[in-house]
Amino acid sequence: MARLHEHQGKSLLSQGGIETPRGHVATSPQEAREAYEKIHAETGQGVVLKAQAWVTGRKAKGGILFAQSAEEAQAAAEKLFTLAFGNFPVQEVLVEEMIDIDQELFVSLTIDDSSRAPLLLIDLHGGSGIEERADEVARLHIDVETGVCRQEVEQLLADSDIPQETHAAIVSAIVNAVNMACKIEARSLEINPLVTTKDGRVMAADCRVTVDDYAVFRHDELGIAIARELDHPATKLEQIAYRIEQDDHRGTFYFAQLPTDGHEDTNGLIGFHGAGGGGSMMSMDAVSSLGFTLANFTDTSGNPSAAKVYRAARVILSQPGLIGYFGSGSGVASQEQFHSAYGLAKAFKEMNVSIPVVIRLGGNAEDRAVEILESACATLPGTVEGYRKDDTPAFCAQRFATLISTCDREVTSDTLTRSVPDFVGSKAAMHFAIGGGSVWIDQKAITDTATQVINQFGDGLLSVSDQGVSLAVELDEAAGKDSEFIGLEIELERAGCPVLFVDLAIEGIDTEATAI
Amino acid sequence: MAIIIDQDKKVCVQGITGREGRARTRLMKSFGTNVVGGCTPGKGGQEVEGLPVFDTVKELVDQVGIVDVSVIFVPARLVKAAAIEAMEGGIKRIMLVPDRVPVWDAMAIAKHAKSCGADFIGPNTLGVISPGRGVLGMIGGRAESARQWFNEPIPGKTVGVISRSGGMSSSCGYYLSRVGLGISTICHVGGDSVLGLRIPDVALMFQADPETDAIVIFGEIGGSQEEQLAELMESGQVTKPVIAYIGGKAAREGTRFSHAGAIIEGNRGTHAGKVAALQAAGATVVDGFGDLPAGALAALGVPASS
Repeated sequence: MARLHEHQGKSLLSQGGIETPRGHVATSPQEAREAYEKIHAETGQGVVLKAQAWVTGRKAKGGILFAQSAEEAQAAAEKLFTLAFGNFPVQEVLVEEMIDIDQELFVSLTIDDSSRAPLLLIDLHGGSGIEERADEVARLHIDVETGVCRQEVEQLLADSDIPQETHAAIVSAIVNAVNMACKIEARSLEINPLVTTKDGRVMAADCRVTVDDYAVFRHDELGIAIARELDHPATKLEQIAYRIEQDDHRGTFYFAQLPTDGHEDTNGLIGFHGAGGGGSMMSMDAVSSLGFTLANFTDTSGNPSAAKVYRAARVILSQPGLIGYFGSGSGVASQEQFHSAYGLAKAFKEMNVSIPVVIRLGGNAEDRAVEILESACATLPGTVEGYRKDDTPAFCAQRFATLISTCDREVTSDTLTRSVPDFVGSKAAMHFAIGGGSVWIDQKAITDTATQVINQFGDGLLSVSDQGVSLAVELDEAAGKDSEFIGLEIELERAGCPVLFVDLAIEGIDTEATAI
Repeated sequence: MAIIIDQDKKVCVQGITGREGRARTRLMKSFGTNVVGGCTPGKGGQEVEGLPVFDTVKELVDQVGIVDVSVIFVPARLVKAAAIEAMEGGIKRIMLVPDRVPVWDAMAIAKHAKSCGADFIGPNTLGVISPGRGVLGMIGGRAESARQWFNEPIPGKTVGVISRSGGMSSSCGYYLSRVGLGISTICHVGGDSVLGLRIPDVALMFQADPETDAIVIFGEIGGSQEEQLAELMESGQVTKPVIAYIGGKAAREGTRFSHAGAIIEGNRGTHAGKVAALQAAGATVVDGFGDLPAGALAALGVPASS
């Protein structure tokens, strides 16, 4: 669920016809001061400054301050900008008018898995302590197409002790909020509290909005850069990973960096590469229970291409300080596992990995997958081992721990650098562009064995004659065959003829992409 | 018998000419599923795997007769339209394979399904397989693998599997088969929050299936499916032995249940809450995934050596 900041949510509510306090977003103490001056000029009152961060209990953590003068506003903002909640440094502060609250209501729209419909929760005695009053909360089912039934909300208020003169405004606010949530395809919307003020206004004093990740593609207006559930602004690597996911629809690739505070006191920092949600969670448990700290959570599944798995492994390996790489998923994958093996082998080979790698590749064609991975990586300085469906995650994690215990802890992912063969970029080499990169072939080094491998594993994409290797299909067709070329590269490598290289430089990780 | 899919059910594929649709049609046929045709707008008149392709579901139904199940392999953003087309064409059971279907689309599909007396599996389901009979979706992959991995039903020791994880649905079937149990049907209900058939619905189907002796559940944190299964057990609607594993125990701390919408659901959604509800209702809840086969053997009173 992509989360919106409080100020974004309020701006949407306001567009939807729900009143919100006067407010301005500040990105510096100076802007906070200016915001105070603007608001004070209109209200003659002080302001409240609210750190914009996805955290619960913000007030108790010092994320909400008050100011009665421009100087105080500036000083308060200075304080807020030094705060960080977990991985989340405060980058924006919402400066708002103070409101004189009369009554607080709780309004929340969620999606109810049981009724397969939106569910509106209203507590007329809202605000804090909602957990203790679960029984008092009204639950209204919402029609996914026609929205909330206005009469039901009216009835709810009519039966309450809330002064009647505010009923119409409260009903409108609730109906409008539901319509707004429906329009932006919210996963959840919480207004806590919706308030009535002493001067008779009804407004949203705070709000939380999350948007359905899967619908973000049709909501450019929300400006969501990364439609992912993250509890921090996306890191550089997360942004790179998200671009990879967006550019290749074959299978899914999820990458999130995890908090690694205190990893020095554990058995070490490792890269994690899961396959399939349920199996990944179990595998994570297995390796965490042996005292390792996971630098990231990654899941490639749904029959991903070799190219996608290659890029995922490269992203994982570009995290600093890793002492090992652990991959494991459901163990009985319905997809053909050798595609993943090709992608992993290419990444490990290209980075000349020197840290231990354990990958559980169980599933269709697992024997072939394990053989590809292990033989392609046999000469690397780090040990690379593949396992099958009859090897449990616990067993693989144990094996991983054993390999790590025999290694020099000074060797980490910090020292890994990408190497490309010498013929890449040379004038004598044949080359052509494919999606996201290029293929290079060392014409001078084509042997009989290489010809055989090309004929056997080349998928009819290349032909070999006395004049050398040439493309057997149109460039357009070859462009989509990145994963087939990766397979061929690894098969040639395994046969002892490294004459073909697929250059898939990753923007943001590989500083210089090879020019054609 | 089996549930949801067997060799007699007529099946069509929407999106049959696409990359996945074409490949999965071949795999479903090779496992014995009675696929009778498919559709893709604009591709009517073509053939895929020797099967006729139509432009619309209506044409397909007019030409080959009503089918029991339509399996949908179209891009996520087109799933809602395809599902509604299938239901309006009179098909009463739909499988939505694609991942990333917008949740408001899933809710709209649910509303339509209710109004026309249809049901659906998914979205984001790996599929359903009845060993020896047929498969819907992608579960098992190649037919020879699936035949090798999953035992056919064995009288007195046959389990039905319901899983919230795609990959783990195959894993459950595989490890249960390895200890000598038979499998009636494996159903991956889907990984999304709004689903058509949910764990309690499928459990009722297994309860009514004479071939199924016990029900194995791979549950997860979040939502209320496992708690509702427990309610069915408490009320006597599900009386067959239930053996469950609930994933996500370690993820508990990192999972935000601070959201008020979740909090007022009381204990619902948490790992501990699900385990407690199922145990109180008489289910065997195993602590580790690897303990599921032994738990199933014990619940069926089958010696571990068999």
